[in-house]
Amino acid sequence: MKKPLLALALTALAATAALAQANDTLGKIKSTGTVTMGVRESSGVLSYTLGDGKYTGYHVEICQRVLGDIQKQLGLAKLDIKYQPVTSQNRIPLVQNGTVDIECGSTTNNQARQRDVAFAVTTFIEEVRIAVKANSGINSIKDLNGKNVATTTGTTSVQTLRRHERAGGVDFKEVYGKDHADSFLLLESGRADAFVMDGSLLAGLIARSKNPSDFKIVGEVLSVEPIAIMFRKDDPAFKKAVDDSIIAMMKSGELAKIYDKWFMQPTPPNGVRMNMPMSDALKAAIANPNDRPMEAYQAK
Amino acid sequence: MQWDWQVFCEDTLTRELQPRCFGQGGDITYLEWMLSAWGWTVSVSVLALVLALVTGSLIGTLRTLPGAPWLVRLGNAWVELFRNIPLLVQIFLWYHVIPALVPALKGVPGFVLVVIALGLFTSARIAEQVKSGIQSLPRGQRAAALALGLTQAQAYRYVLLPMAFRIIIPPLTSETMNIFKNSSVAFAVSVAELTMFAMQAQEETARGIEIYLAVTGLYIVSAFTINRVMAAIERRVRVPGLIAAGGAGGH
Repeated sequence: MKKPLLALALTALAATAALAQANDTLGKIKSTGTVTMGVRESSGVLSYTLGDGKYTGYHVEICQRVLGDIQKQLGLAKLDIKYQPVTSQNRIPLVQNGTVDIECGSTTNNQARQRDVAFAVTTFIEEVRIAVKANSGINSIKDLNGKNVATTTGTTSVQTLRRHERAGGVDFKEVYGKDHADSFLLLESGRADAFVMDGSLLAGLIARSKNPSDFKIVGEVLSVEPIAIMFRKDDPAFKKAVDDSIIAMMKSGELAKIYDKWFMQPTPPNGVRMNMPMSDALKAAIANPNDRPMEAYQAK
Repeated sequence: MQWDWQVFCEDTLTRELQPRCFGQGGDITYLEWMLSAWGWTVSVSVLALVLALVTGSLIGTLRTLPGAPWLVRLGNAWVELFRNIPLLVQIFLWYHVIPALVPALKGVPGFVLVVIALGLFTSARIAEQVKSGIQSLPRGQRAAALALGLTQAQAYRYVLLPMAFRIIIPPLTSETMNIFKNSSVAFAVSVAELTMFAMQAQEETARGIEIYLAVTGLYIVSAFTINRVMAAIERRVRVPGLIAAGGAGGH
């Protein structure tokens, strides 16, 4: 009779200990000398793989610098960064359960997610746009009435599309690709007349396509989404360390240089250029660093 | 962890809680969306199952025809073609590659192509079972049927197939349940079924665990229902002693 009770008490104790440790990321980094960065296989130039377990991109580089600052702050001689690829389905659970300490991909900061995780100050602002074939004659969401519109399953763009369909009184047929490459194939093969997705992803897909001049990005901005680096909730010391490091880069102009490197210059592995000048929204976010969720942007 | 089952009563546009869990004025809740997704899953599965049973029985029978080596070879080629290519690859071949070669197929909706792809994939497996069922019968059965003056077609219709089908009901039950589970690949070609609902809704609501648990429950209910239907058929058509005699190789 006593044994199960004891086991239960021990488990409960272990669970609280694990919880306490999980919410002290700085302490965990200091005691283990390692940190796990969550990265994406292909999230445009924000975070992607070069193969062989190597990851790079705009957010990956920012995170590497942030972790360098944290290493200095903790006085560690050596900090071992492990890279853990994540997907949009598993990124939040992996951050919550401690597998990933800092996620550097393309995660939208919104209120629903803020219940589960925390975000650093916004480092990128995504604008949802429409990509079409250059000769299609489509210039705005109104031209999409009765057309097939592609987007990718498991993205916020699906919801955006639904809202615009309802609000604008336009009626189009959605087709869903299972990933961005698949959705682009729908546009390329003519199964879809337009592809609605984050502007930076569209620019990347078009830049890497066989004939980039066959496609163009048109129309109004359908939704504005702040993209940020994500980590565990209720860990103010770690959030402050990350935010301080990013804000210092914003003030020194370092962040603008990193932006230029990834969005204006040729990017590895093939030297493709994104040609995406910094948007006014991102300039504002750099001038006034903040971690406001997506809902705050829509209210405007 | 904290449960939040109310997420199913939220409107899919505004995410406001709806009284009675159903949306008004053309708006839908996540619950309604999930039920409609379940409808797509069941439609894809049942139609693919019908196609698979018809084609599979035909091809399986062809493979046992005596004195028709080319039909047997055709049947063998069919089975090897459809069961040696991964299902997801077949779906993409039907959706992306074949319409590029045959422009007439461009206008065919993804739903129809998925039913064809899933149906033909499963038909190869059913054909294999039908063939094994027929071959498990003692050779004397066919000979006796022909000796009685039945034609080859009549021998199949009245003697061989009724016994073969009774023998293969257990593996057929597994196959019908598999078709429900395999129908989840339909999300890859834009059919709004349960797996697509799960991927999309968990992204929108950030309540992945509740959504996936509910979807898992619906898959279990669907697969178990078809399992019970097949079990009822098995009981209904059972002829006492028939399969035991067939299994023992005759006497």
